[in-house]
Amino acid sequence: MSLKTKKLDSKVQTPHEAIRFVKNGQSVMVGGFGLSGHPLTLIDALLEMDTRDLTVISNNLGENGKGLSSWVREKRIKKAIGSYFTTNKEAVEQYKNGRLEIELIPQGTFIERIRAAGSGIGGFYTRTGVGTELAKGKEVKIIDGVRYILEFGLRADIALIRAHKADQSGNLIYNKTARNFNPAMATAADFVIAEVDEVVEDGLLDPEQIITPKVYVDILVIHQKDKRESNA
Amino acid sequence: MRDIRELKLRIAKRIIREFRPGDCINLGVGIPTFIPDLLEPEHPFIFQTENGLLGMGPTPSKGKEDWDLLNASKRPITLQKGSVFFDSVESFAMIRGGHIDLAVLGALQVNQEGQVANWMIPDAPVLGVGGAMDLLAGAKKVIIAMTHVDKADKTKLVQHLEYPISSIRPVDLIVTDIAVFEIVSGHMILKELTERMSIEDLRRITDAKFEIADQVHVYD
Repeated sequence: MSLKTKKLDSKVQTPHEAIRFVKNGQSVMVGGFGLSGHPLTLIDALLEMDTRDLTVISNNLGENGKGLSSWVREKRIKKAIGSYFTTNKEAVEQYKNGRLEIELIPQGTFIERIRAAGSGIGGFYTRTGVGTELAKGKEVKIIDGVRYILEFGLRADIALIRAHKADQSGNLIYNKTARNFNPAMATAADFVIAEVDEVVEDGLLDPEQIITPKVYVDILVIHQKDKRESNA
Repeated sequence: MRDIRELKLRIAKRIIREFRPGDCINLGVGIPTFIPDLLEPEHPFIFQTENGLLGMGPTPSKGKEDWDLLNASKRPITLQKGSVFFDSVESFAMIRGGHIDLAVLGALQVNQEGQVANWMIPDAPVLGVGGAMDLLAGAKKVIIAMTHVDKADKTKLVQHLEYPISSIRPVDLIVTDIAVFEIVSGHMILKELTERMSIEDLRRITDAKFEIADQVHVYD
């Protein structure tokens, strides 16, 4: 005989409801390589709130004035941690006049630090960056005659990620190179909001094809198409 | 003054001659991005782009761009047959773990021992490091693709790096628009030189000390 249990509610919420989970002064991971795999609907929704003083952990700060560039423009970011911000003129400007703090990390170390934190690993030794300015102050260890530096895991209070399709319970699949930093970020935050193009009934995604298992995903938001998205 | 784009294409074409069938090759930003468009569609090389693809094809025709199918310079690309997508964790595991046969990278400067500066200019608004340090740490072989002199006609091949170093690992080959140098046991060796220039001319526009290979080929 089987026990009767309550069916889980859908994880889908509106962008406005979802973005309220981001609070002033929090650390926020944001997926995407440039605008590809970047949760534009969630990013726009935050601008309707007063949320600020954020520490943003993202490879870039948007592109062509879109995505996280708007958070930079609206001065919502206190500190940015990532690998490449050169193409964001406003970020460069704010950095120069001391308005924005920046921490640069080699891209591979950046994502491995996130992976480590998300999988319960405190830190790891890597060859990347050895002997450079980015190695200053870091522990060096020789393993089998090779020099490595110690890097620590990197976590956030909340992650805003972008996937292609979800099922109601939050399993995710991605689209082409838009996958990038999103699956690892889904594992390394206390609360994870995934923006997706479409949500289907449970059972309609092939379990062999799912990249991010639902255990990591707290809320789903449907991506809202925007005419600005035509890009470049 | 020659067209800068023409110089860059020349460098890209020369670098293709270093590829061996079956090589898994990472193409960095800048000059290396010209490479997939210079090859026949059915070529035997596998291009990796660190934003998550093995099997990058040439630029799509106008109107066929897919903004979720990009290279490391965030420009639209296409897929080769047998291509595979993966996330950034997998991509850099591949890079650091020594699974990439060859990386083609741009550089701001290279010193005479073959060490590279390609991520930062002091006092300039360059706030990026990208994946270059990981590629220098992990690729089996690294080729530098860069113009011989910068926009101010200043040599990029130097005795001592003025810009911050990207890795202690020396690169293997440096291809400029004028010459090709190999790095062997910490020495820079001239392998090829354009017909337009004598070795003396080359020394005048090259700060780095270099040796001459037994046979210097014409760089055409």
